[in-house]
Amino acid sequence: MPEATIALVTGASRGIGSATCLALARAGLAVGVGYRSDPEGAEETVAKARADGGTAHSIAIDVRDEGSIDEAFRRVEKDLGPVRVLVNNAGYTKDGLAVKYTTENWDATIDTNLKGAFLCSRRGLPAMLKARWGRIVNVASVAALRGNAGQAAYTASKAGLVGLTRSLAREVGGRGITVNAVCPGFVETRMTEVQGAEIRQRYMEMTPAGRFGSPEEVAAAIAFPCGSEAGYINGSVVTVDGGLTA
Amino acid sequence: MDMPELQDKVRKILAENLSVPEDQVKPEARFQEDLDADSLDLVEAVLALEEEFGVTIPEEEMEGVKTVGQAVQLVATKLGVSA
Repeated sequence: MPEATIALVTGASRGIGSATCLALARAGLAVGVGYRSDPEGAEETVAKARADGGTAHSIAIDVRDEGSIDEAFRRVEKDLGPVRVLVNNAGYTKDGLAVKYTTENWDATIDTNLKGAFLCSRRGLPAMLKARWGRIVNVASVAALRGNAGQAAYTASKAGLVGLTRSLAREVGGRGITVNAVCPGFVETRMTEVQGAEIRQRYMEMTPAGRFGSPEEVAAAIAFPCGSEAGYINGSVVTVDGGLTA
Repeated sequence: MDMPELQDKVRKILAENLSVPEDQVKPEARFQEDLDADSLDLVEAVLALEEEFGVTIPEEEMEGVKTVGQAVQLVATKLGVSA
């Protein structure tokens, strides 16, 4: 049996990140389950992956902190091997109208959603360059493609993430590395759980599918560009939104 | 490590990373014009040098490096090796 490809998924203790770990583990990858604030959730993900016959380790990683990122990569390298597949999934959102939005909340959103993905990519790319093979998938949002009142910071961070995806795709595309973005619509996760009934209802009406997505449905779209067969998909921005932006 | 030894090592790493024969990697060879290296090739070569010699080469220090000889000098300065 060939050695398993190593993946690291940030923000993987629940929701889309957790489902992505399980999808990658099922595809035969050895997965680092990155978490910041919820070690129990990460352990649950690890246990599920292992119950499925997969290989998974929980990895503490705060994507806002370069030292933590370096430490996490070192741990994956030690426990599993060099990271060949990076899924930048860790996300943060705090809603509020721009005129009253605090600088702290702006920074917190950009630091996790955009800067975090850059820092993790920068840390992960040298090994991928050396291997002449790598996959980065950035989990953006349909908010990258259309504005949302009350989400200036979030939409800016996610639109920035799409820009980062495209530039990186051009920088490293000649070295067997692909960088793609997946834009989920309204998906049932902790992040959307906090939205009020009115917003949920509005999104339900706007979504042709007539329902919200599941983390597993997004995970399938994240896992696909991570595979060897997807080597010609580079710089793509794939929506998984039930037709919301169609 | 003395200067000739360092120079040999650096040239070997550059040749390998830029996929050019070692005899072309002369001190006066310019990366872009003579060795057909693009900016990512150079970054990769710098990563390899950093790994081999355990040094850190920040972007601003890379900027002035146009020739093989300058790259050798940069690493030599980092390691405290003099000619």
